[in-house]
Amino acid sequence: MISQDAKKRFQAIVGEENYLDSKQSLVAYSYDATPNYQALPHAVMKPRNTQDLSKIVKICNEFKIPIVPRGNGTNLCAGTCPLEGGIVLIFTHMNKILEIDEENLTVTVQPGLITLDMINAVEAKGLFYPPDPSSMKISTMGGNISEGSGGLRGLKYGVTRDYVIGLEIVLPNGDVIRTGGKLAKDVAGYDFTRLMVGAEGTLGVVTEATLKLIPKPETKKTMLALYDSLEAAGRTVSKIIANKIIPTTLEFLDQPTIRVVEDFAKIGLPTDVGAVLLIEQDGPLEVVERDIKRIAEICEEEQALSVQIAQTDEEGAALTAARRSALSALARLKPTTILEDATVPRSKIAEMVREIEVIAKRNNVQICTFGHAGDGNLHPTCMTDARDKEEMHRVEIAFEEIFEKALQLGGTITGEHGVGVMKSPYLAWKLGEEGVAAMKTLKMAFDPNNIMNPGKMFAKESRRRLVVNK
Amino acid sequence: MSFTSEREQELATDMKKGMDYDELMNCMRCGFCLPACPTYRESGQNEAASPRGRIALMKAVVDGIMEPDEDFEKQLSLCLGCRACEPACPSGVKYGHLLEEARDIIQKKKKHNFPVRLLRSIVFNELFPKPNRMRAVSSLLWFYQSTGIQKIAQATHLTKIAPGNLSVMERVLPKVPSPSRMKNRPTHIAAEGTVKKRVAFFSGCLMDTMFMETNDATFYILKKSNCEIIIPKNQNCCGALHAHSGEKDGTKKLAKENILAFENEKVEYIVSNAGGCGALLVEYGHLLKDEPEWAERAKAFSAKVKDISEILYEVGMPKLVLDPQIITYQDSCHLRNVMGTFMAPRKLIQSIEGVTFKEMHDADRCCGSAGVYNIIEEEMSMQILDEKMKDAKATKARTLVTANPGCLLQMKLGIERAGLQKDVRAVHIVDLLAEALKNAEA
Ligand SMILES: Cc1cc2nc3c(=O)[nH]c(=O)nc-3n(C[C@H](O)[C@H](O)[C@H](O)COP(=O)(O)OP(=O)(O)OC[C@H]3O[C@@H](n4cnc5c(N)ncnc54)[C@H](O)[C@@H]3O)c2cc1C
Ligand code: SF4
Ligand code: SF4
Repeated sequence: MISQDAKKRFQAIVGEENYLDSKQSLVAYSYDATPNYQALPHAVMKPRNTQDLSKIVKICNEFKIPIVPRGNGTNLCAGTCPLEGGIVLIFTHMNKILEIDEENLTVTVQPGLITLDMINAVEAKGLFYPPDPSSMKISTMGGNISEGSGGLRGLKYGVTRDYVIGLEIVLPNGDVIRTGGKLAKDVAGYDFTRLMVGAEGTLGVVTEATLKLIPKPETKKTMLALYDSLEAAGRTVSKIIANKIIPTTLEFLDQPTIRVVEDFAKIGLPTDVGAVLLIEQDGPLEVVERDIKRIAEICEEEQALSVQIAQTDEEGAALTAARRSALSALARLKPTTILEDATVPRSKIAEMVREIEVIAKRNNVQICTFGHAGDGNLHPTCMTDARDKEEMHRVEIAFEEIFEKALQLGGTITGEHGVGVMKSPYLAWKLGEEGVAAMKTLKMAFDPNNIMNPGKMFAKESRRRLVVNK
Repeated sequence: MSFTSEREQELATDMKKGMDYDELMNCMRCGFCLPACPTYRESGQNEAASPRGRIALMKAVVDGIMEPDEDFEKQLSLCLGCRACEPACPSGVKYGHLLEEARDIIQKKKKHNFPVRLLRSIVFNELFPKPNRMRAVSSLLWFYQSTGIQKIAQATHLTKIAPGNLSVMERVLPKVPSPSRMKNRPTHIAAEGTVKKRVAFFSGCLMDTMFMETNDATFYILKKSNCEIIIPKNQNCCGALHAHSGEKDGTKKLAKENILAFENEKVEYIVSNAGGCGALLVEYGHLLKDEPEWAERAKAFSAKVKDISEILYEVGMPKLVLDPQIITYQDSCHLRNVMGTFMAPRKLIQSIEGVTFKEMHDADRCCGSAGVYNIIEEEMSMQILDEKMKDAKATKARTLVTANPGCLLQMKLGIERAGLQKDVRAVHIVDLLAEALKNAEA
């Protein structure tokens, strides 16, 4: 509960119009894109600036009111579900580009800015911000930074983490600090910038960010290769990299995913093949042409059924747009769609995908797999129905087995979606008990009252590690 | 769960029984629909005013997390029903059906005060479903317009007494044809040359009275494009206004009358020239899916419905010419989002000699007309409209083309509000094509 006293003080800071506590508002901010999680906050607040925010956080710290910062709630780990109530902070008033610095090649933004709006603005100036999560039309920069989001271009250019160079943060005691800056080199003290990226709102609130930009690649080509089997596609991935070519994008879709994506996007994808690779290269024209030609040869050497190079930019864009819709399109099949985020070294992709198929069959659940083949980040996605308790149990077992296998192959439990509530029981599988303890110590140092996004990242109880029979 | 009133409790129970829970579950809350939604944008990105939010509210009521309070009803009422969220949704959630179900349930429980009850009853039971009465009311308007009372009323500012936009609305209403013309409507029109297609025409209620000129223009261009036209006599209003206002029973009744009126005609298509009507006609199949006697017949009816521009584009029109001018096109939401028609009207406009077609920014975004939305939710509607006019103005177009009577009136209203009467005109695409055809023949 938020006391009348605290409510009055909040309203004095943000104004009554920016303090929402009607039932309708509470319901509207009780969920994110994660299936099956919902909890009502006590209030929703829309701060207008960092000063507002600092004051709000101070009051929350005094009254021990939980704070859940929320971008647009597109995360897939229940990271913004207000499990312990409290307030949801939204940044619709803090959504501006503060500066595009063409001399230092940086852009400085507020957290509520939509990723795509930023990308469009910098591209209009011939600059380039590579991280491009599939949700970029909706996701915010604050959310991207706090989840450490990746995208289709991650293989060549890296992920959000690699582009955040400076931050303004409101700490859980209300202090405002700045980390990093427009500097290429900076080793003054601990690297709080990196610490905050992927912190999922558990260490403080990001109120401003400075991001590194690069010159916009001159050209881009997109191609599609079709395969009979997963193995052939997997071998192609390894061989491309072994040939010292790093494509911008190397995406993979299995057969059920292709079928559903085609059903939504209707761009003429073949629906009867075993696997598809979507490959993109960018850069100077000669290099792109040389690489694409060589990649096409490799695809053919590895028995691709067909290799098709998009002739126009529109054709290429249609292919990537279709890939971006994969997750939501899969949701057409069944009422509940659970997407996971297991990641393995890229040499192990084919093995991992095959194992996912075996696990799905063994547990009698329907799992489609797509993902970023180039960086080993797979999204096994289960189509099920949350109302079927018995099936949900089998789904859970299947996912446990998938994580177990990913770790065995030298992988991780999440490549880009974060831990949140969803993965928290598995965190120790990856980090060990000691690793989790070290992280908790850090959390307590920043946030002794545990007001910042409580219940996320650290589970009350960890799961026992399964022993999978091989 | 505690309810503040018995009515809320009953409503919650009805929602639990009546809502399609599978469809509510189909929303995986990805948020892809958010940027497409005008009310989300115009409300300063309020999640509750988004499609994802509204689905969550409906589901919360069904799940018993939330009581269907006044706020809830207001939020559903604030939705334009433009369905721009549907093509944006990769999960294929049928938002429009969910909205109509919820509105129908709420409507049944509504205890309107007497004047509203009377008005609704007149509109939904006595006026729109009764072609004779539609003609009578239009005749009154004709009398008003043709006797000079209109001019006097306008000059003396009598019209200002009407609330909100009604006074401006009154000015933008089309010139109504005389009662005698409205009565003697044709039932069959031969093609000009060798018949390319035999089609049946859906007249509509407003289109065949207030906008009769447009229906006549439709006959003219169809005939000139070598289509033979059948206009079944016993057809009625499509029911869109009923459906969007939560009057499902009334909608079904009208649907059945229309199916009966058309089902024995041996035609390739049923032509609609109003986006709003067409979109409901193609959904008769869904509307009557649970009535064994009608389901198949409704499906067959819906399968034949096509917008006029698609048909004209398919058969090909004779030469079209207009004075040199820039023309832009405002999509009718339902035509685009439900019927999927968006290329054909653009291609037709582009095929007119002399014309420069200029696409307006966000042409696919609702203009805020949305049935009676611009009267019920005037503030939001005008906010949306004013944004639209900025985009329209930026094209420097002299002619703004639409494909639905509601949108047409709204555009005229927008032109007035923006003070552009002298430079910009709004026309229905059919009227534009007829004008260009006559021009080419002259
Ligand atoms: C269809 C779909 C496709 C997706 N594709 C990708 C993909 O390709 N790659 C990828 O990495 N992810 C993807 N995601 C996941 C999701 O979009 C990302 O995690 C995204 O970064 C979340 O952004 P958001 O603005 O919605 O943040 P939210 O979901 O609102 O929040 C995410 C986290 O950030 C915290 N947070 C938000 N703002 C702040 C702030 N200002 N300060 C501190 N903490 C804050 C929240 O507390 C929460 O823990 C996808 C999701 C969907 C639904
Ligand atoms: S796009 Fe579809 S699935 Fe996604 S939130 Fe909107 S309605 Fe739900
Ligand atoms: S119908 Fe239109 S206004 Fe209503 S939720 Fe969908 S996009 Fe928004």
